[in-house]
Amino acid sequence: MDFALNEIQAMLADSIEKFIVNDYAFEARQKYAGSELGYSKDVWQTFAELGWTAVPFSEDDGGFDGGPVEMMVVMERLGRGLVVEPYLANVVLTGGILKRAASAAQKTDWLQSMIAGEMQTAVAFVERQARYEISNVSTTAAKDGDAWVINGAKGYVLNGDNAELLIIPARTSGDQNDHDGITLFGVAANSDGVSIRGYETVDGLRAAEISLQNASVSAGRVIGEIGEGYGALAGAISDATLAISAEAVGIMTALTETTIEYTKSRVQFGVPISSFQALQHRMVEMYTACEQSRSLMMWAAMTIADDANNDSEQSARAIHSLKYQIGIAGTRVGEEAVQIHGGMGVTWDLDVAHYFKRLTAINILFGNADWHLDQLATTSD
Amino acid sequence: MNDTFSAEDLEFRAEVRRYFETEFPQDILEKQNKAIPLTREDIVRWHKNIYEKGWAAANWPVEYGGTGWTPAQKYIFADEQARANAPAFLTFGIGMVGPVIYTYGSEEQKQRFLPDILEFNTWWCQGYSEQGAGSDLASLKTRADLNGDHYVVNGSKTWNTLGQYADWIFCLVRTNTDVARRQEGISFVLIDMKQAGVSIKPIVLLDGEHEVNEIFFDNVEVPVENLVGEEGKGWTYGKVLLQHERTGSAHVARSKYKLRRLRTLANEPVEGGARLADDRIFMSKVAAAEIELKALEYTELRTLASIEAGKAPGPESSILKIAGTDLIQRIDSLYLEASGYYALPYVREQYDADFPAENYVGEGTETTSALTYFNHRKHTIFAGSNEIQKNIIAKHVLGL
Repeated sequence: MDFALNEIQAMLADSIEKFIVNDYAFEARQKYAGSELGYSKDVWQTFAELGWTAVPFSEDDGGFDGGPVEMMVVMERLGRGLVVEPYLANVVLTGGILKRAASAAQKTDWLQSMIAGEMQTAVAFVERQARYEISNVSTTAAKDGDAWVINGAKGYVLNGDNAELLIIPARTSGDQNDHDGITLFGVAANSDGVSIRGYETVDGLRAAEISLQNASVSAGRVIGEIGEGYGALAGAISDATLAISAEAVGIMTALTETTIEYTKSRVQFGVPISSFQALQHRMVEMYTACEQSRSLMMWAAMTIADDANNDSEQSARAIHSLKYQIGIAGTRVGEEAVQIHGGMGVTWDLDVAHYFKRLTAINILFGNADWHLDQLATTSD
Repeated sequence: MNDTFSAEDLEFRAEVRRYFETEFPQDILEKQNKAIPLTREDIVRWHKNIYEKGWAAANWPVEYGGTGWTPAQKYIFADEQARANAPAFLTFGIGMVGPVIYTYGSEEQKQRFLPDILEFNTWWCQGYSEQGAGSDLASLKTRADLNGDHYVVNGSKTWNTLGQYADWIFCLVRTNTDVARRQEGISFVLIDMKQAGVSIKPIVLLDGEHEVNEIFFDNVEVPVENLVGEEGKGWTYGKVLLQHERTGSAHVARSKYKLRRLRTLANEPVEGGARLADDRIFMSKVAAAEIELKALEYTELRTLASIEAGKAPGPESSILKIAGTDLIQRIDSLYLEASGYYALPYVREQYDADFPAENYVGEGTETTSALTYFNHRKHTIFAGSNEIQKNIIAKHVLGL
């Protein structure tokens, strides 16, 4: 048993930590988040040059052959930096689908461009009526000669307003909630019939509402087999759930440390407020929540790493357990950090509020705590 | 024991309901329902509308323009105001400085300030907290030095709400530093915001809104007649005012409205998806919040009843702020959960009045659920943080 990072993982961790400390101060993050694009192209190019965009891909795909543990290492540090560059949307979500299901030609056209930092992408995994059920797909694709015609609407498409390539799950057969019958399409964002309404999100990212009206897509843009897209989609969402959980652990750790430091420097009633036992106990609880979350994160990463196809019951259970824990602990740590900072905690100018907002969004993303608890509660064995 | 309304009460309820349905500015209610922020002009206009109805000051003595309502009537009014989703009163004038002036002010001050407060001709704001004096308010440093017929005020105040719209500010200032207890030597003064030496700097909150400010005083001259009551007694007056602030802080009527509406939302059918009302985990939390609300409502009613009986509010009133603000935040969390992904879009332009409805991202309360959840974190921080409230209860109620 060994919970330490190996040499390569430690180097990866170290390089990202250095980047965050030296080049990604909170002020820079705020500048990028508030810019027209919503992130820094230069920073994104740096990620590509340093190989971080290649982490979870096989060597054949031009990657570093990283698995869940490497992804955990990257995301925890990006969380700490409150990074707004679209790593989750591109590398984890799009990458997660393409590495599982794309053809060799698609990998060359799309995955390589994405890894090189040259193409922005998005996966449209949300439909309004579906809430967190990714198999609930009402968007349809119908065969029209050699092409497919897509109709429907997708919501909260992360990075959707900057993406050139949109991965659209659409129903080609079956009932609205069936796993079978979902097909994945790689749609060019500038196609006729595709309209994109981009916006900021409350946690400083960018997303879009996308509507598809008779959008025609060539057969070469079908990713994987017709009607069998659910597996790749679910796999990518599972990767992404682990990824944002690790991001949350990075954020929770940063918030706990910041809160402890703040209470040591804030003097009221003639003493640092860190001397009040009522606050000490609450910071102990924040710390405990962080470490419990970290433990579940490591367990989940190792469980998935041992599950080659990432499709066992045990992997699913690990992901549900982890995301439940992250939802509860993240909310708790975020709210407490704000409260203990007092008025300062609710100001725009301090990083505390922005960490808190990101934790709030992470709790919603890919199913909130209740939803994951329900998945576990209704599992038969 | 008896908690039923009389026939007169029911008649009063019908009258108040009619008022909000017909006489109250309907465009303001429409903005409220669409979550469009009110302008300064909107806020002044609806306050004046209620003033003209004679209902501006439920808690003031009748001689100064109060309504003379019974506790039951006050309860009914608050309930109907929330039921109509009408905005809450801006508390600084009528709720805070008004009672201090009519309780401790001179005859001249009463005549000069109270009518304009009542009629909402002057917009008041509050100058209490400072950078170094938050929970430990008595450590405040803004000073007022007597110089002939006026004080010279220097220092700064923070977490000032909506001061950018204000005409006047009431402040706690230090008039004497040579005192045994820090609470002595603090005075309550009224300062005209529109004079030399007063400047204002916005503080943007986590939801991106400019709601609070820092206010700076640089050799601001304040005539001695703007001192309320006795010099050095400001701490006592200020505490009285904070108690007024706290008794209104249970927000029972508003929470009741929001929970009722949440059930309605949860029961709306979702085409091709599941209704929230069928989610037992979520609905269990709604039910738990409803139980908490009922307890809070009766705790507040017990307080009102003891005030009506001529007694001081009992110890149960101390928990109103804690339980009330905790419940507000719980309900906000439920709205956030109910919104799912649609809590997350932050489409600022859709809060503009002329934004076309067909371009909305999200529907109704979804569009503000996250921002409200974020913004309302302030409830457990301001007006004496809940930690300070617990200290007060531990010391003064439980005798610990």
